[in-house]
Amino acid sequence: MFDTIILLLDATLRVATPLLLLALAGLFSERSGVVNIALEGKLLGSAFAAAATSYATGSVWMGLLAGMATGFALAMVHGFASITHRGDQIVSGTAINMLAAGLTVTLGRYWFEQGGQTPSLVGDQRFQAIDLPLAGMLQDVPLIGSLYSKLLSGHNLLVYLAFALVPVSWWILQRTRFGLRLRAVGENPHSVDTAGVSVTWLRYRALMIAGLLAGIAGAYLSTAHSAGFVPNMSAGKGFIALAALIFGKWRPVSVMFGCLLFGFLDALAVRLQGVEIPVIGEVPVQAIEVLPYVLTVLLLAGFIGKAIAPKAVGQPYVKSR
Amino acid sequence: MSDSRPNQALALELRGIDKRFGDVHANNNINLQVPKGTVHGIIGENGAGKSTLMNIIYGFYEADQGDILVGGQICHIPNSREAIAAGIGMVHQHFMLVDNFTVLENVVLGAEDGAMLNVSLRKARKELQRLAHEYQLDVPLDATIDELPVGLQQRVEILKALYRGAKVLILDEPTGVLTPQETDHLFRILHSLRDQGVTILLITHKLREILAITDNVSVMRQGQMVGHVKTSETSKEELAELMVGRKVRLKVEKQDATPGEVLLSTEKLTYTDSRGVDMLKAVDLEIRAGEVVGVAGVSGNGQSELMEVLAGILEPTKGEVKIGSNRITADTPSSAKLVREMKVGHVPEDRLSMGLVKNFSAEESAILGIQEQPRFNGQWLSKRKDITEYCQGLMEEWDVRPRNPKLRSSLFSGGNQQKLIIAREVDQDPDVLMIGQPTRGVDIGAIEYIHKRIIDMRDQGKGVLLVSVELDEILALSDRIIVMFDGQIVGEVAADKANERILGMMMANVIPDELKQADTAGEAL
Repeated sequence: MFDTIILLLDATLRVATPLLLLALAGLFSERSGVVNIALEGKLLGSAFAAAATSYATGSVWMGLLAGMATGFALAMVHGFASITHRGDQIVSGTAINMLAAGLTVTLGRYWFEQGGQTPSLVGDQRFQAIDLPLAGMLQDVPLIGSLYSKLLSGHNLLVYLAFALVPVSWWILQRTRFGLRLRAVGENPHSVDTAGVSVTWLRYRALMIAGLLAGIAGAYLSTAHSAGFVPNMSAGKGFIALAALIFGKWRPVSVMFGCLLFGFLDALAVRLQGVEIPVIGEVPVQAIEVLPYVLTVLLLAGFIGKAIAPKAVGQPYVKSR
Repeated sequence: MSDSRPNQALALELRGIDKRFGDVHANNNINLQVPKGTVHGIIGENGAGKSTLMNIIYGFYEADQGDILVGGQICHIPNSREAIAAGIGMVHQHFMLVDNFTVLENVVLGAEDGAMLNVSLRKARKELQRLAHEYQLDVPLDATIDELPVGLQQRVEILKALYRGAKVLILDEPTGVLTPQETDHLFRILHSLRDQGVTILLITHKLREILAITDNVSVMRQGQMVGHVKTSETSKEELAELMVGRKVRLKVEKQDATPGEVLLSTEKLTYTDSRGVDMLKAVDLEIRAGEVVGVAGVSGNGQSELMEVLAGILEPTKGEVKIGSNRITADTPSSAKLVREMKVGHVPEDRLSMGLVKNFSAEESAILGIQEQPRFNGQWLSKRKDITEYCQGLMEEWDVRPRNPKLRSSLFSGGNQQKLIIAREVDQDPDVLMIGQPTRGVDIGAIEYIHKRIIDMRDQGKGVLLVSVELDEILALSDRIIVMFDGQIVGEVAADKANERILGMMMANVIPDELKQADTAGEAL
């Protein structure tokens, strides 16, 4: 039983990692006033770029770079449409999602001729698990030892990075000049403009950060979590991350808990497949797989209280008269 | 020659400022000289170009032509950053504050020292305490903006400018949202700033304020400067004439009222909004035939809700409204349409969102709420021609310009929009007319006309409920004045006994001594 729980939590961390990276990407973007419905597309695009590059070069680091570059580039497209040209942020975001879904499969078929997949990645083409110091020695210590060695140790670098970014994000937002201005521009861009600070440049920088983070999430998905790219492997994670962002009320630490919760539900669904539950019997796979989504709807509908979005989110900035 | 030499005694000088927006010549060859350490008023009607001019000085817009000189030096001001660097600060009409930031954070925003916030905040706290002490600008530094009343929010804006080292402070319509007492306090602050050598530019359309506080006045009309005068050598009448371009009667001529039967009344009327806050608390009110009842109060104290409940837009939570023989209660609610059929007209406070539809043509806006009447509505189609003729008729009668029923509603000036809305309501021949903020954003010429028509309604034996944040207007038109505070009626004063001081105190929920004795018999706690 104890081992089962450890395994479940272990899976939770792994599933929550891309959500967390994406949600932090969304956080930077939305706190600056730009709705980031394009997370899904950025994730998919960078997952493909990372896997393809990693396969071609044999280095997962090149893959990571390519993923980040792709996330960055897509974010700049988003910014060009919605900041520079004041287009509708939802429309440009949706366009990016569609672009990524189509382009990854098309390029994948053309380059690798495996129905849109990249070839399986092996060895240095993937991120490997890292054993934390003393993990081997401590694993026989009851409770704490197995928590440490089985739950906390043995993940790949990107998992640790994602969770380390939570306090870093908080610190940037709350303790730096950039963070103050970023929060202000998402609440009342006029106040920033009249204070002599460029609204455009601030929002671009927020989107750059968002693009890079989404790129890391993409690389994680295809080169760490899986061993290669599969068409549509993002599977709605970008939207779940947005849900976690709202769930966490646009605050880093709460957002992390949101991601962990959604990750847990996902991991639970996998665990419950084929398991006999007393009274009910074996639950059909489909019913379990739908669970995270149903709970998402329920949680968002009722349990988290009022989530107050940054006031200026979704509005292109226009100098009023 | 002497003209081009730098003049050290001038804090700010404008030479030949010109700005066009498409076809609109917003600023036409504007010249202005503001001596150091003075309060300089800029007055003009809405759309005269005051705000455009100030936004040019503050770097929000760039002028097409002309020079700005600060302290005798020509300054190129392409953005707000340069304006701030040149020592210009601005308090905008709509505050430029982040609601969920603290006062301290708002002040520091954009003027931080270095990338780490702690250092900036610590320095700002010290500096602000000094400024607060020096200029009577006390503000709780760690409160968030949304916790503060507007008067304090405005002080934050002033502090922001001073913290950035402003030597020239522009205030755009600063008193629109303030109680008379807050206005007095603001003026004291401005005076002490002036005495410390700060130059103040005050933009307003309120003649009284210009006379009360400025040293010099410049008057704008239709994008041009039409006069510069010393305040001590001018009068309300002269300024109004300069602003409008013709003689204006500032006093409303009216006879004493002869109130008749009660047309509309409320009993213990209570309204709780969706957040669960009681916006109206057991309000008792009567409107009789042939009288104007004025409702005064700082905006947000239940006046808007009162109007909307009476108009059938909101449903009362408790208590009742009686209109003639009709009763409206929580169990028998009404609707805007039914109330209209009870012969109650409603000119909403918020003209642009409730009074008309901005993207509709004038004729479409002119039949809002009465569009189902058979004269506008055939069996299948609306009668476009009749609608156009109807609107044309209203425009003729009320002098709405331009007289084009097909023009988009948003393209009319505030005064003309308001005239059209009031015309629509008055034309229904209601027994009771409720008017909210009849002259907000309306120019002086149109104010004169609207006021006259309101008194005409009264003299025809109609009951009028007037809600306004302009005390001048309340005092000029009302026969009885009710003051609201926090959803309750603080008290009632007959118009001939009321003055600005008394109303101001009541607006802050203080009963003045002279009313206390008179009231002890009637008022229960």
